Amino acid sequence: MAPYESDGSTTAGAAEERRAARGRKATRYAVPVAVIGVAAATIGLVPALADSGDPDLPDITAQQLLEKIAASDTERLSGTVRISTDLGLPDLGGLESGLLSGGPGSPSASGSGDGEDGGSAADPSTKLTELAAGSHTLRVAADGPDRQKVSLLQDGSEYSLIHDGKDVWGYDSASNEVYHSTVATGTGKEREKVPATPKDLTEEALKAVDDTTSVTVEGTAQVAGRDAYRLVVKPRQDGSTVGQITVSVDARTGTPLKFTLTPASGGAAVVDAGFTKVSFAKPDASTFDFTPPKGAKVTEADETAAELPEHGQKSPGAPAGDLDGLKVIGEGWTTIASFDTGGSGLPTADAGGGLGDFLGSFGDQVKGDFGTGTVFSTRLVNALITDDGKVYAGAVTKEALVKAANAAK
Amino acid sequence: MSRAETGTATVPAGTGAAVRSPRALWTLGLLRSELSVTFRRWRTLALLGVLAAVPVLVGIAVKIETGDGAGAGGDAGGPAFISQITNNGLFLVFTALAATLPFFLPMAVGVVAGDAVAGESGAGTLRYLLVAPAGRTRLLLTKYAAVLAFCLAGTLVVAVSALAVGALLFPLGELTTISGTRISFAEGLLRALAIALVVAASLIGVAALGLFVSTLTGSGIAAMATTVGLLITVQILDQIPQLHALQPYFFSHYWLSFADLMREPVYWDDLMKNLGIQALYAAVFGSAAWARFTAKDITA
Repeated sequence: MAPYESDGSTTAGAAEERRAARGRKATRYAVPVAVIGVAAATIGLVPALADSGDPDLPDITAQQLLEKIAASDTERLSGTVRISTDLGLPDLGGLESGLLSGGPGSPSASGSGDGEDGGSAADPSTKLTELAAGSHTLRVAADGPDRQKVSLLQDGSEYSLIHDGKDVWGYDSASNEVYHSTVATGTGKEREKVPATPKDLTEEALKAVDDTTSVTVEGTAQVAGRDAYRLVVKPRQDGSTVGQITVSVDARTGTPLKFTLTPASGGAAVVDAGFTKVSFAKPDASTFDFTPPKGAKVTEADETAAELPEHGQKSPGAPAGDLDGLKVIGEGWTTIASFDTGGSGLPTADAGGGLGDFLGSFGDQVKGDFGTGTVFSTRLVNALITDDGKVYAGAVTKEALVKAANAAK
Repeated sequence: MSRAETGTATVPAGTGAAVRSPRALWTLGLLRSELSVTFRRWRTLALLGVLAAVPVLVGIAVKIETGDGAGAGGDAGGPAFISQITNNGLFLVFTALAATLPFFLPMAVGVVAGDAVAGESGAGTLRYLLVAPAGRTRLLLTKYAAVLAFCLAGTLVVAVSALAVGALLFPLGELTTISGTRISFAEGLLRALAIALVVAASLIGVAALGLFVSTLTGSGIAAMATTVGLLITVQILDQIPQLHALQPYFFSHYWLSFADLMREPVYWDDLMKNLGIQALYAAVFGSAAWARFTAKDITA
């Protein structure tokens, strides 16, 4: 306000006017504040309101539900799967997926000379191991046993694995590379069996169901807008790092819609894979049509098969069946795989130089009747490498590993 | 603004006695003059020129890189879609938009939006604009409409320039979506248009933010610098993993979701989130700009 207004006899009237003006201004600023309030309330409340609670479904026993899953003959389906994995691995960024995949960039491949460009960016084993860490969105579509498609959605690009009849195509749109194999060769068939959908994961989990396991039906849930039963699978034995596995099974079709594995140590789920959208209609036929785009680099499976070592294909926790000297200790959930590397254990600071220190920093030193060793822990799988070169690994606690090592001595 | 809207538009006290139809004409006239002022500025033309040059540079660079007959670089670096350009010139449109959206486009919008009110104020012309019986609300809406028109124009300039360069340097034809399915060239063009519109809509938030900043100060340069500074800050914060809980509310977080239009079937989730967040920013900063502009003392 201009200075002359504030002196002399006009004060009373001007002050009142000013107060009124200030009031009007305050009212105006209430509008953006109200907009923010409404937006915050909408963001907070809409998901809560949309969650219509657990559906009412007729009671069912665990046995009936297992039969329902087994009898489920869903062959046509399409949908979006959100998969989050938190194994508690140290975050090594790209190095991690390079090591896991055994593809280009891993120490073993680069040792073979031409390993640098031997693999293709579109190789399924390179891509799908990315799922081992972080959150990913997948799209799945299936039409019978011969036509399936899994796409890994990435920022501005997509990796698709398409199975159409005898052909298996991997297409990486970011690098415009294509990987091709045929199912008849066998290797292709194995590779597309990387468990990614809730159904695959459930089948893996239910393989382990025996008398060491408790299976119950605990209530219902809504997954991707469909009513589902919650099947809870829990190990009965002590010493397992698996807390429980919850599978939401579609009430109508018996298709597993959501799979959650919680560790015994509590906290966030180690694996959480569930449909966010699902449809049981026949997917568009063009979904499975694939011809390599012009100019794309096509890698045939046979070219790389020889270079790709066997490791890296295993899902975490699966015993490495083809390693020499492998022994399996225990049964059910507390199975421990053990083998003798024949070497002298971990490279120590003297032998391995910096690498030994680096690896050692991730593990904990343990002592027992067996001697000394290093335990590497993740939230699900623990591994004990003794100083005399024996390896014990399993989805069991550290104590169980030491006990197994002591017993084997 | 349409005729119907003007009837209910908020008009500051004092002009209430004016007749309806002249008011509508006024609004149209105001918008027209605002648009011509914006687009006749040398600065605006220079910004559009820079935007048009980006696809040319990208196209020539890719052409030179792959001129010896080799395929596009196998590594996945660079903006999205860059590896497909050599096979289909239409992909240059997507690459150019992916390259300009994070910085060039919003910077240009920030310059135009930041200058909208503060520039007039700094040049001493704002009070003359307010002498006209248009009212502050309508003036602000017109300014915002002009900025949005610039968002659309800027995006289309990039897209059209990229399409022209792509058609000149590379083959056109059927294209492969990033999901691996094929679509015809006509459908590809439609998707390119849809992507350009989504990219233009992605700039709504920055435009509203710039307009609000512009009402805060009397200096056009200060408003532009603040808007562009905010843009850079938000982009940096969006890269910090520790802030992942906040990031979905940044206006730039879902910008690159326009690539989802190239999936088959289209993945709508992130696109919708992007449009929602832009609408939210427009509502919040638009109303804040309105509150500030209609309540402030205009001295210049």
